[in-house]
Amino acid sequence: MQYEAPTTINAAVKLLAGKARTPRVLGGGTDLLVQMRTGRIEPDLLVDVKRIPGMRDITAKAGGFRIGAAVSGSELGENKALKKAWPGVVEAANLIGSTQIQGRATLAGNLCNASPAADAVPALVCAGAVAVIAGPKGKRSVPVEKVPTAPGKTCLKKGELVEAILLPKRAPRSGDAYLRLIPRSEMDIAVVGVGVNLTLDAKGVCTAARVSLGAVAAQVLLVADAAKALIGSKVDDAALDKLAAACSAACRPIDDKRGTKEYRIEVAGVLARRAAQIALKRAKGSK
Amino acid sequence: MSQVRVSTKINGDAIEFLCEADEPLLDVLRDRLGLTGAKEGCGTGDCGACSVTVDGRLVCSCLVLGAEAEGREIRTIEGMANGEQLHPLQKQFIAHAALQCGICTPGFLVAAKSLLERNSNPSEHEIRFWLAGNLCRCTGYDKIVRAVQAAAAEMRKG
Repeated sequence: MQYEAPTTINAAVKLLAGKARTPRVLGGGTDLLVQMRTGRIEPDLLVDVKRIPGMRDITAKAGGFRIGAAVSGSELGENKALKKAWPGVVEAANLIGSTQIQGRATLAGNLCNASPAADAVPALVCAGAVAVIAGPKGKRSVPVEKVPTAPGKTCLKKGELVEAILLPKRAPRSGDAYLRLIPRSEMDIAVVGVGVNLTLDAKGVCTAARVSLGAVAAQVLLVADAAKALIGSKVDDAALDKLAAACSAACRPIDDKRGTKEYRIEVAGVLARRAAQIALKRAKGSK
Repeated sequence: MSQVRVSTKINGDAIEFLCEADEPLLDVLRDRLGLTGAKEGCGTGDCGACSVTVDGRLVCSCLVLGAEAEGREIRTIEGMANGEQLHPLQKQFIAHAALQCGICTPGFLVAAKSLLERNSNPSEHEIRFWLAGNLCRCTGYDKIVRAVQAAAAEMRKG
């Protein structure tokens, strides 16, 4: 195996597009190194992207944020402006693993590892985040929900890598939240994860919403019916009932040791209701 | 397969080493540099026994490649005591009997030091969450938490 740490995106793309048969991008490595160790993958080339300028920076961009692909969870949690604008995204990222994992794990890595139970992905999806992908043919921007195509698979082609995640500009009176259920209090994989992002008008009526579910299907789901349940309402009990029903209806979960199908379907509705209430509070300006 | 040449700083000392491209930093520390304080519990980032800091950030050294250490600043348990003088955390771990078999202890100490550098007066809740990635199968954690609280109090007094 070869290890390279290029200092430009072009050099990284060239390496990834080159003659290596099974190249991998190394960001935080918290999934990659485990998969290498257990023999699940055997890369012949690792391209460490952390020495490329901008990869470890969070910057203001078009009223929103550009988060370099190698920014760690700890760095997200320490960025006050980001936390204020997108608390749901930050809390989702910060739920992943331990303090030690947070020191390395990245949003882009969580996205490209393409686990259906990835915690950061539902929060990014409901935030309307976009992945900036660099490759041999230049750059393209892809909504995050289109990046994972199946468990462990992404839409990235040979030579491509995620360079950054973009979070859009926030409208006034907006709030987001992410909740997940795990069997323990820390350090586990989601049984269900729910992201809610909503915007209110001056009268407190919801004018825009996005609702996403993790760990209840082969991919993270963006649930249009759940968003519809909120839009036009004051996010009152009736709307929350409809939201919960829409989320449960959208689930296509598996049975496993963490939870049965029926349990996941039920919990998806419960968590959606709670996440929406948190997002609502945040949209109204309280923490 | 050629080895990677790495220049780094470990506990303040400039160090150079050669390692395999896929060799974890933990193996470099233990097998090439003789720094055997960091332990391999799981090798998959779940147990925290291999905790070190890289540029001040707490990480599992089993999930960092030796090659990534180039130009970085690594701190390990070996750099914690000042000569014969133990760090307050080390003293309080002994005073509180916060260890039995000791395998997890270097990781707990490195992780707890990292917490106290950021938060000089953590609550029990904050201590337990910060240390959630360090597993101990002997103590039941309670003594560890008390030792960290006592060390924090001692360090606040200066």
